Amino acid sequence: MDDDTGAPAPAGGASRKSERLLNLLIMLLVQRHYVSKERIRAILYPDSRPDAFEKMFERDKEELRSLGVPIEVGSIDPLFDDEPGYRISPDQFALPDVRLTADEAAVVGLATRVWEHARLADATTDAVRKLTAAGVEVDVSALDLVEPRLSADEPAFDVFWDATQARQEVEFDYQRPGFEKPSRRHLQPWGVVRHAGRWYVLGLDTDRNEERVFRLSRVVGEATRVGAPGAYEIPDGVDLRETTRRLAPTQVVVEATLLLRKGAGATLRRAASSVANDVPGPDSDSPWDRVVVRADRLADDLLALGPDVVVEAPEGLREELLARLRATVGAA
Amino acid sequence: MARAGRPAPSGAKDQVARLLTLVPYLHSHPEVRLDQTAEAVGSTPEQVVKDLGVLFMCGLPGGYPDDLIDVDLDALEDPEEGGLRLEGVIRVSNADYLARPLRLTPTEASAIIVALRAMRGTAPDDTREVVDRALAKLEAAAASTPGGTALVEPGADDDSAAVRLRASLEDAVARQRQVRLTYYVPARDEESERVVDPRGVITANGVAYLDAWCHSAEAPRLFRLDRIHEAAVLDSAVETAPEPPRDLSDGLFQRSQETTLVTLELQPPARWVIEYYQVEAVRPVRGRGRASSRARGSGPVQVDMLVADHRWLLRLLMRLAPHAKVVSPPELDQEFRDTAQRTLRQYASDA
Repeated sequence: MDDDTGAPAPAGGASRKSERLLNLLIMLLVQRHYVSKERIRAILYPDSRPDAFEKMFERDKEELRSLGVPIEVGSIDPLFDDEPGYRISPDQFALPDVRLTADEAAVVGLATRVWEHARLADATTDAVRKLTAAGVEVDVSALDLVEPRLSADEPAFDVFWDATQARQEVEFDYQRPGFEKPSRRHLQPWGVVRHAGRWYVLGLDTDRNEERVFRLSRVVGEATRVGAPGAYEIPDGVDLRETTRRLAPTQVVVEATLLLRKGAGATLRRAASSVANDVPGPDSDSPWDRVVVRADRLADDLLALGPDVVVEAPEGLREELLARLRATVGAA
Repeated sequence: MARAGRPAPSGAKDQVARLLTLVPYLHSHPEVRLDQTAEAVGSTPEQVVKDLGVLFMCGLPGGYPDDLIDVDLDALEDPEEGGLRLEGVIRVSNADYLARPLRLTPTEASAIIVALRAMRGTAPDDTREVVDRALAKLEAAAASTPGGTALVEPGADDDSAAVRLRASLEDAVARQRQVRLTYYVPARDEESERVVDPRGVITANGVAYLDAWCHSAEAPRLFRLDRIHEAAVLDSAVETAPEPPRDLSDGLFQRSQETTLVTLELQPPARWVIEYYQVEAVRPVRGRGRASSRARGSGPVQVDMLVADHRWLLRLLMRLAPHAKVVSPPELDQEFRDTAQRTLRQYASDA
């Protein structure tokens, strides 16, 4: 916690700098017109030499901007536009008025617990503190709602999140499964989506000039932002929900009648709409039950149970299983 | 700046950021105590008083005493002890131009909106409407953020039962209560009951696990949340000393178990295994398939995996049938085909 020169700050140095930053902010915020550099120097940097002033002033402006303070640059005299002036518009500076009802405020309070990603969890907390400072009373105790958790442990997540926001191209190495080597890719990211616990990025692949989706866990090494921020526009009509629908396999829910060996298929039994105990089965090694279940993509789960389950209906599922089993046995 | 990302931290910058939240808070909460203020803004009483000391030196650029912000620092200091008066009331005046907090940064706006969208996805119907209202107001407030908010869609693949399970497990961790789990063990196709001392819920590769001391195994165990069929939080306190949940960033499995190195050959429909499970090596299969399909990565691949339980592997192979086979050891491939044969025979008997 010292000045950004890296040298230890003298005692009181940090707070003197804080005073200067805050006084600069107040000066630019309360003026109706652009304030000239000369005036800023005379009032806030009276003892500094010209080159030292330029350096300090540039850095101070940058620090305020990085906090989100909108410092505008304009011309003081429209006839002589060689001297720039500075101001902060109060409307651009301040959080717009947000009025939350008690239950909405409770929801917002819970939102601080959603991110399992340190930087975004902090950002959410900072956002809620600003709302609280504006007079919103956040109360997390009143609501019967449990928050979900968003984790983002893919190392490339931050780079793509920032690049999506800054509209900045990203260069990265991408490993598709089954390929020998990763390949270098370039993407103008449009948005980031999560599906089944994993994050994906959608954007324009500039090498192919086509829309593409990449899975962030397949990015190898460090992804880097290249090129200038604001280099492209996100096309109208980009629909991230539609992208997640494309990532999700289509659901094919069927109702199936199964013979299950006693004690087998606990997960299927929990989803069952009916169970008839002790019915005749394909072998007499154990008792069998008849179970009716509605589920998506049953074939894989049923094959995993091996000789402990037999499909009675529907015929299509039965045929699929038989074909896959015959192909396995025949392939020997 | 050498790297993209956050600039180097600056004490002064952080202090200004704190003040831009502190002053509006004091403006909207007149007559508030020092300790309450510190809690509300996520600071300490000492830091709040230091920050107020800076504020005391700031004000309008006129240079007259009346231009300065007025802070009653005496009310916060204990003249006898030289310490702070936590119950002292903070009074700040002459700072009306800082009465509104700074607007949300793009990252703050995106982070909170995405969090609320995720809550919307799992909220029960009656509270979803509340989330929608809050979301609409915050989206309106964020609309003034330059560059807007990032396009981020958190998805809605957690159902509310899963969210509730996680909450009750975390509650048990916080209160140090034992949990009785009904857990599905896929390798044995079995539900088992066991009492555990929960240590925490952790996530790796998008999958959530409960880390706990298992009293049946008398060892620490990881339980996948999507395989916990029931979880009853008991009144009994945990018996083992609480420990932080383990760090899964280096992979899920310690190599201490007895494992067999198995080589599988996977056809493209079975290739998801490579990303879903920990594998040691992946090689394209040479000499078969057209060279062009190998180059595109659409041919078969060989993978090496360490397998601790043969029954688990057998179920995986059956699930993948007929798109996987065992290259080595050969006796495992024979076992797989025998299982397929026995399964097929079950259908012959009722024909």
